[in-house]
Amino acid sequence: MNRGKGWLEPLFVFLENLGEIGLLTWKTLKNIFRPPWEKSIFIQQLEEIGVRSLPVVSLTAAFGGLVFGLQTYIGFHRYVGPGSEAYGGPIISLGLSKELIPILVGLMVAGRVGSAMTAEIGTMKITEQIDALFSLGADPNKYLVVPRTVAAFFMLPCLTLYGDVIGMLGGFVYNIMIMGVNSSIYLKNTLLYFELWDLITGLIKASIFGLIIALVGCWQGLKAEGGAAGVGRATTRSVVISSIVILMVNFFLSKVLPASLSQ
Amino acid sequence: MIRIVELHKSFRENHVLRGVNLEIAKGETRVICGQSGSGKSVLIKTLIGLMKPDRGQIWVDGVEITSLSEEELFKIRRKFGLLFQNAALFDSLTVEENVRFGLERYTNLSPAEIQRRVKEALELVGLRGVEKLMPHELSGGMKKRVGLARAIAYRPQIILYDEPSTGIDPIRADAINDLIIAMKKEIGVTSIVITHDMVSAYKVADRISMLYQGKIIATGTPDEIRKTVNPIVRQFITGSAVGPIKEY
Repeated sequence: MNRGKGWLEPLFVFLENLGEIGLLTWKTLKNIFRPPWEKSIFIQQLEEIGVRSLPVVSLTAAFGGLVFGLQTYIGFHRYVGPGSEAYGGPIISLGLSKELIPILVGLMVAGRVGSAMTAEIGTMKITEQIDALFSLGADPNKYLVVPRTVAAFFMLPCLTLYGDVIGMLGGFVYNIMIMGVNSSIYLKNTLLYFELWDLITGLIKASIFGLIIALVGCWQGLKAEGGAAGVGRATTRSVVISSIVILMVNFFLSKVLPASLSQ
Repeated sequence: MIRIVELHKSFRENHVLRGVNLEIAKGETRVICGQSGSGKSVLIKTLIGLMKPDRGQIWVDGVEITSLSEEELFKIRRKFGLLFQNAALFDSLTVEENVRFGLERYTNLSPAEIQRRVKEALELVGLRGVEKLMPHELSGGMKKRVGLARAIAYRPQIILYDEPSTGIDPIRADAINDLIIAMKKEIGVTSIVITHDMVSAYKVADRISMLYQGKIIATGTPDEIRKTVNPIVRQFITGSAVGPIKEY
């Protein structure tokens, strides 16, 4: 009997965690529309998630664009033939804006901001600051989770849009300026085949990744226990869970969202 | 005003509260004493709804709070002010922001009135010119007083003090005792003081209750407790290692 329980334990833990995050999501969505709104924390979080992530997003998007440009160039050169590389423009733009940049931004922000959320809220938990919020009649969900979630929901698409521009520039720089591909064909093809919907798809994904990062970060922080070591473990868990969920959700969103609105 | 009936609370195998019964009148200062780890802090956290009891009832002003929804509990909690053992100040906020936290969010007071209340609460705990400091810039005693200012700024009907004299020097501890007495005289609050410091207990209490092995085993005025013949209470108040209490 005990052995059976042992086998089932991971399933119970998984279901328990699913229940916890589901409940947190539901509470957060309800509280978004209920005053008081924590405007100053919201603005602070916009800065923390958005402005302060710009350097890391710039670097990852630029090198992501460069390497994507490089591989696309090689692909066209090898399989289609010399001179065909200029047709890589729309592929680079589509691949970057729909997949690579939202994923890179999501993973970078999960590592930079999601971990910080868990560490901050976890420290508040173990130093009884969360209990202090309760004792003052304040709902920690409204005070801590809602502003972070809403800020992440809005800032991730902004960062992704910014990353798209930098990434596409990276692809352009590699193909046109380094490899000498014909710029007018490259740009003409990009403008002809790249659709606004491709860009929007990436932004929709990014918004959802923002929700995942903030909710997982806050959830892990709120359940942190066991002193500094416990906060450390929660922070690691937060980054790992967010990253895995982002990659999984990305696949399903790619499958569900229409490839093109003109189809 | 507060009535606790057969309250039980366990953490896994550890049965901390084993049927606590307690009645505290309006305006009374009740000290609950007991050994470290006897469940005193668990008792006040359960009382304010920070922990759910396994069994039992807690009545506050005629409302049974253990069956309330989270939303209703938030309203009830605004009747309480809680001074935490380690102050639990919000470390990303200044002293002033800490004290004005509840006032700003849950009252319709004007900014000028909030400012006045913050100043008044800080003065009442003997602090001036610290409004812009961050919690990490304060000493332990100052943190405790800011925590108290935060708890009283909202003008709660009930103040819970969790080990108010722990971790501070005897002079500061006595100043906190004077503050607890002042709160009762000036604001007329009901106070529950959790402590194992008997000097403090005798000074501030109207009545003292002792929590032992998860139950209230004695209640009386400071004089009655001093003269008690109960061997467990005697051992505790005299601070003797010899007696019926073996687990320490």
